[in-house]
Amino acid sequence: MFDQLSDRLQAALSEVRSRGRLSEGDVDAAMREIRLALLEADVNFKVVKSFTKTLKERCLGSDVLESLDPGQQVVKIVNEELTALMGGAGRDLAFASSGPTVILMAGLQGSGKTTACAKLARHLGESGKDVALAACDVYRPAAVEQLVTVGKRAGAHVYEQGTDADPVEIAAWALDRAREDGRDALIVDTAGRLHVDEDLMAELARIRKRTKPHDVLLVVDAMTGQDAVGVAESFSEAAEFDGVVMTKLDGDARGGAALSVKAVTGKPILFASTGEKLEAFERFHPDRMASRILGMGDVLSLIEKAEQQVDERQAEDLQKKLESDRFTLEDFLQQMKQVRKMGPLSGLIGMLPGMGAMKELKNAEVDEGELDRVEAIILSMTPLERANPAMIKGSRRKRIADGSGTKVQQVNQLVKQFDQMRKLMRQMVSGKMPDAQQLARMGGGAPRPKVRRR
Amino acid sequence: MTTSWQEIFDLGAREAVPAPRPEDENERRGVFARLRESLSKSRQALAEEISSSLFDRIDEETWERLEEALILADVGAPTTAEVVERLEQEVDSGAVPADGEAVRDRLIEILAEVASNGRRPIDLSAEPAVLLMVGVNGTGKTTTIGKIAWHLTRELGLSVVLAAADTYRAAAAEQLAEWAERAGAELIRSEEGGDPGAVAFDAIAAARAREADVVIVDTAGRLHTQGNLMEELAKVRRVIGKQMPDAPHETLISIDATTGQNGLRQARVFAEAVDVDGVVLTKLDGTAKGGIVLAIANELEIPVKLIGTGESLQDLRPFDPDDFARALLAE
Repeated sequence: MFDQLSDRLQAALSEVRSRGRLSEGDVDAAMREIRLALLEADVNFKVVKSFTKTLKERCLGSDVLESLDPGQQVVKIVNEELTALMGGAGRDLAFASSGPTVILMAGLQGSGKTTACAKLARHLGESGKDVALAACDVYRPAAVEQLVTVGKRAGAHVYEQGTDADPVEIAAWALDRAREDGRDALIVDTAGRLHVDEDLMAELARIRKRTKPHDVLLVVDAMTGQDAVGVAESFSEAAEFDGVVMTKLDGDARGGAALSVKAVTGKPILFASTGEKLEAFERFHPDRMASRILGMGDVLSLIEKAEQQVDERQAEDLQKKLESDRFTLEDFLQQMKQVRKMGPLSGLIGMLPGMGAMKELKNAEVDEGELDRVEAIILSMTPLERANPAMIKGSRRKRIADGSGTKVQQVNQLVKQFDQMRKLMRQMVSGKMPDAQQLARMGGGAPRPKVRRR
Repeated sequence: MTTSWQEIFDLGAREAVPAPRPEDENERRGVFARLRESLSKSRQALAEEISSSLFDRIDEETWERLEEALILADVGAPTTAEVVERLEQEVDSGAVPADGEAVRDRLIEILAEVASNGRRPIDLSAEPAVLLMVGVNGTGKTTTIGKIAWHLTRELGLSVVLAAADTYRAAAAEQLAEWAERAGAELIRSEEGGDPGAVAFDAIAAARAREADVVIVDTAGRLHTQGNLMEELAKVRRVIGKQMPDAPHETLISIDATTGQNGLRQARVFAEAVDVDGVVLTKLDGTAKGGIVLAIANELEIPVKLIGTGESLQDLRPFDPDDFARALLAE
C-alpha cells in the first residue's frame, strides 16, 4: 500500500538528502515532485495546494536551510506534516459507561460496510466484548443474508427482521434487544447510499436520532478519488460522523482519500481494513502510516501483530532451544505457522524498514504455495527425523518426497537450508550478528519464501 | 447525438424482438423520468463546481483552471497535461481561434476523442454469446449484470443465462438470484465455496442445451493486487474457453465512478489477466465524474461501453463520449 507515493517522495527527497546545503530552488523542485506524487495518490487538489504551501514555508525556515543536514530535516518535516494531515495521534472508540455501546456504520455503496461491520465485531470480540449486529440494509438484494453469514463467522449475534421492515424501526428494535440481552456493543449496518440521495440521507439521520450512537463511522474505500471530500462533507452534515474506517487498503491504492478526508472534515481515521479475511482489520495509526509512506517502515505495527499471534510461552521455549542448540525442524514448522498466522507475508514485508526501497521486493509477491510445500515436506517426516534432520538419507528422502508430493531434490534443499539457518541462529544467539553474505546464502532456497516479480 | 442501444450491442445475425409488455407505456415513462432525474442531479452538482466563466478570457490562468477542473474530475495528471497541452498548442498556433466558445467546443471534441479510443460495440454475435464480468470488490458487478440481463431479455427479447461464479462472497449467489428473477433470466449456481470455473462451464453447457442467446458470468470481486485471485480469474477464463472456443466473447470490467487514479491500475492488471474489452462505469449518479475512464481509454485503449446511473433496473445506458465530455465540464 502507498508504494507509489512512498517511492515518489523518496525520490524527491533523496536529491535533497544527498546534498549538504539546500537552496530555495532545491526546495521548490522537491515540492513539485511532492505535489505531483500527492495528486497521483488521489489526495484532494485543494488539500495538496495547502499542504505543499505549509511544507514549503517550514522547509524554507532558516533553522532548516542552515542546519548541518538539511535533507534529513526536510524528511522529518514531511513526516510530521503527513502525520498531522492524517490525524495526529490515533484515537479509540468511545465506549458507553453502561449499557450497549452503539456504533453506526454509514457510507457509499460498495465501500465495504457490511464486511467492515463483521470485522469490527470480531475486533471488539477479541477484547472480550459481547457484540451484536443490526441488519438495517433492507435495500440491496441479499444484504441481510450476507450480514448474517459474516456475523456468524465473526462470532457476533445478528438482529434482523428481513427486508420488509423500516430500517429506522429495525435499528431501534435491535437496540432494545441488545439492552435486554445485555450486549456490550451493537454495530448498526446501514444500506449504502449516495450522498446526494436526500431521502436516504434523511433516513440515516433518523437512525442516528433513534439509536443515539456513541460513534458514527464513515466507511471510505481507499481507492476513492477526488470526490471523497465531497462525499465526506455530505455525510458529515447528515450523520455527523465521528471517525472513518478506511477499507481495501490491501490494494495498491495510494490512499490519498485517507489524507484528504481528515484534512477537510477534521474527523480521524480510526480503523484500516487490509484484506479479505476477517482478521485483516486494525487500528489506524497516522504516525506509523506517515512513516510507512516515507519508507521508514512500520516496525511498531509488525511487533504488535507478532505480539497478538505469538504465544509467549512458546517464544520463551524457542529462545531456550536456540540457546542450547536444540532447534529442530518441528520447531521450525511451528515458527512458520505462527508467522503465517500474522497474515499474508507480502503484507508484512511492507512494514519492514527500508523494504520499500529494495528493488527485488518492490511489487514482489510471496509465493504462499512454496510455504505450503515446505510444510508438507516437514509433515511427511517422522518425529525422529524432524529432531535429527541429519539422518534423512536415501530411502527416507524418497519416502518423504513421495509423502509430500515433492521431489527428492526439494527435500534435500530444505534439509540443507535448515542446517544453514541453524548455524546462523546459533551465531545470532551468541551475540554475533550474521554478516550479509551468510544472510544472502540463507536466502537461497526452500525455507525462504520465493519472491516473484510481477 | 446520443449513442443508442443498437450501436452498443453487436447481435450478429440475431434479430432483436422486444418482449411484449402490457405495462410498457407506464414503464417507459418511468424510464425517461428517472433518466432526467438522475441526469439533472449529477449535472446540477457539476454546474456548482465549475464556473461558467472558465472560458471567458483565454490567458495563462485559463489553462490552470482547466487543469484543476480535470484533476478534480479524476482524469489524472498525465492525461490532463496531454489534453491541456494539445489545446493550448492549437490555440497558440491559431488552429483554434482564441475565443471562449471555440476553445470550449474544441476541448469537448478532444475529450470525446480520447474517450472514444478503441471503441467497439459489445460483441454478442456468437450463439450463445458469453460475457464475462470482472472487477474489484464493491464496484457493482452483480448489479450491472442484473441490469444488462434485464435489458437483453425485456428490451431485446433475448434469452439469458446467468452464471453465479462469485462463490466467495457471502450471499452473492442470492443477490444474483434476485436479479435473475427480476430480469426473467435463468440462474446456474453452486454451493458457496464451489469452483467458479465449473459454474461458468455448466452455465455455457446449459445455455447450449436450451439454445439461449447470452451467458453472463458473474465473478467474485477481487483486488487486482491479489496475485492468486487474479490467477483464479485467468483460470475461469481458460475453463470458459475449453467449453467454447473463442469464448468469452466480451469481457467487461466494472469501474466505480468514485475511483481515483487507482482505476488505471485496476484496468491494466485485469486486462493483463483476462483481456478486457470494455469498461462499465458505475455509480455515475453521484457527484463523482468518473474522469479516470479517460485515462484508461487514453493509456490502455480500453473504452467505456456502458454507464450505470442508479439503483433500478432501467438505470443502465450506452456510454456516449460526447455527453461524457460535456458532463466533465458541466455543460
